[in-house]
Amino acid sequence: MTLSLDAPRLVTTQPLLTARDVSKSYGAVQALRNVSATAYPGEVLGIVGESGSGKSTFLRCLNLEETPDTGSYTLDLPDVQGNLFDLDRFGRRMLCAKRIGIVYQNPHLGLLMTHSSSGNVAERLLIAGERSFATLRAKARGALEASEFPLERMDAPPIELSGGMQQRVQLAKAIALEPALLLLDEPTTGLDVSVQALVLDTLKRLQAERRITMVIVSHDLGVIRTMSDRVMVMRRGEVVEAGLADQVFQDPQHAYTQQLVHAKL
Amino acid sequence: MTHVLDVRALSKSFTMHHLGRRMQAFSDISFTLDAGEFLLLRGQNGAGKSTLLRTLYRSYLAGAGQILFQSRHGQIDLARAADVDITHLRRSEIGFVTQFLIARPRVSAEALVAEPLRLAGKASDEALDEARHWLSAFGVKRDLWPAYPTTFSGGEQQKVNLARALILPQCLLLLDEPTASLDVSARAALVRRLADLKASGTAMIGVFHHPGDVASLIDREIDLTPKGEPQEEREDVAF
Repeated sequence: MTLSLDAPRLVTTQPLLTARDVSKSYGAVQALRNVSATAYPGEVLGIVGESGSGKSTFLRCLNLEETPDTGSYTLDLPDVQGNLFDLDRFGRRMLCAKRIGIVYQNPHLGLLMTHSSSGNVAERLLIAGERSFATLRAKARGALEASEFPLERMDAPPIELSGGMQQRVQLAKAIALEPALLLLDEPTTGLDVSVQALVLDTLKRLQAERRITMVIVSHDLGVIRTMSDRVMVMRRGEVVEAGLADQVFQDPQHAYTQQLVHAKL
Repeated sequence: MTHVLDVRALSKSFTMHHLGRRMQAFSDISFTLDAGEFLLLRGQNGAGKSTLLRTLYRSYLAGAGQILFQSRHGQIDLARAADVDITHLRRSEIGFVTQFLIARPRVSAEALVAEPLRLAGKASDEALDEARHWLSAFGVKRDLWPAYPTTFSGGEQQKVNLARALILPQCLLLLDEPTASLDVSARAALVRRLADLKASGTAMIGVFHHPGDVASLIDREIDLTPKGEPQEEREDVAF
């Protein structure tokens, strides 16, 4: 029995994020093939799959960095209408600055490594139109504090910080404007397990306190299982299976998912 | 009267792709359950008792049949409901008590127990107070409340698990051997809590290694042993 996205509904909440039939090719390589996903307000959607499965490409589409060949993407927010893939460059930049936050695996993608950490966070606020220095400083400090960044280092450039601290700066930048959607691309890959646990704990706390909807991509099944309400399994650009996290891990339906789950140490 | 649960012709099998075959866990199970009723599942090892509980909770997907649950929002078939509805029901109406604690690293015992209340909208301080009350009721030592349960002994972990699972009264409670690894006083505390919940109308379905522990609560039993196979006689093992 497969459950479709359109199963009969009891609770009447609308999904915050709806992506339908997203396809993307790079030359002869089809990176995404009709990928559809939903995420409800406050929910954590985990995406797993091997390298090259298209999970990061899909996340970049959700961050409006990539434009797919076909497909639609909507966010159920006031003042946000229509297919977001149709937005122009300026519209995308504003929407991403205000409503969508992202944390990359590689901090070099998300941060200016030689500018101050507080400045990196403030840049977000500047794009959104904030001009008062005092407010910029106060808001940047608040976001860094919420990300559990040691405030005495807030003016140090990320290049001088450890990997875990750099991820916290990225996180502070992502939540500086209280986004509705937080995208996480392998946020703890490369961190040692104790730092990984701390970063995941911060994310869980933020999710519980602010009810931010999150989409987290990782090849680490443990991270996905701990963090997610629902899980989507991707392989070769397609979704092979999606369901509640405990169901996908305990009763995987697809041959590939079974292989993946059983391979976990 | 509408039943809390109306299970109709429920079947579950597992497809094991690497072996290229299907394994039937149970088939064609039907029963109903009313508010405040306690149903005991019996059967040999492998008869599908835990599988049935997990299928009702939607950790496993049903192969065929219906699981009609009377929620506060109306009736819904748990076998087919949207994931988001299941998540919602798990937070507010359907509880599952297992013998395993799912502890996140670096989360204290009291925070873990308080979490269901916080998710249900209770203020942080109130939730913590109530969490401490239940930790104490199940016999977890005060020194351990702010510590990480990942470092606890099996029995202590199970007490934290029970406090968390039973802190929020539910309409339907699924119990998968919750008395395993508990000492006598914790077992007594568990039976008291279950009796209170039952009296307040919670419907329960349970699997117990030692059904004697909860004998006073049992209203009905279902035996899942496939027909034609000898029933297990002994009282002390593998019910």
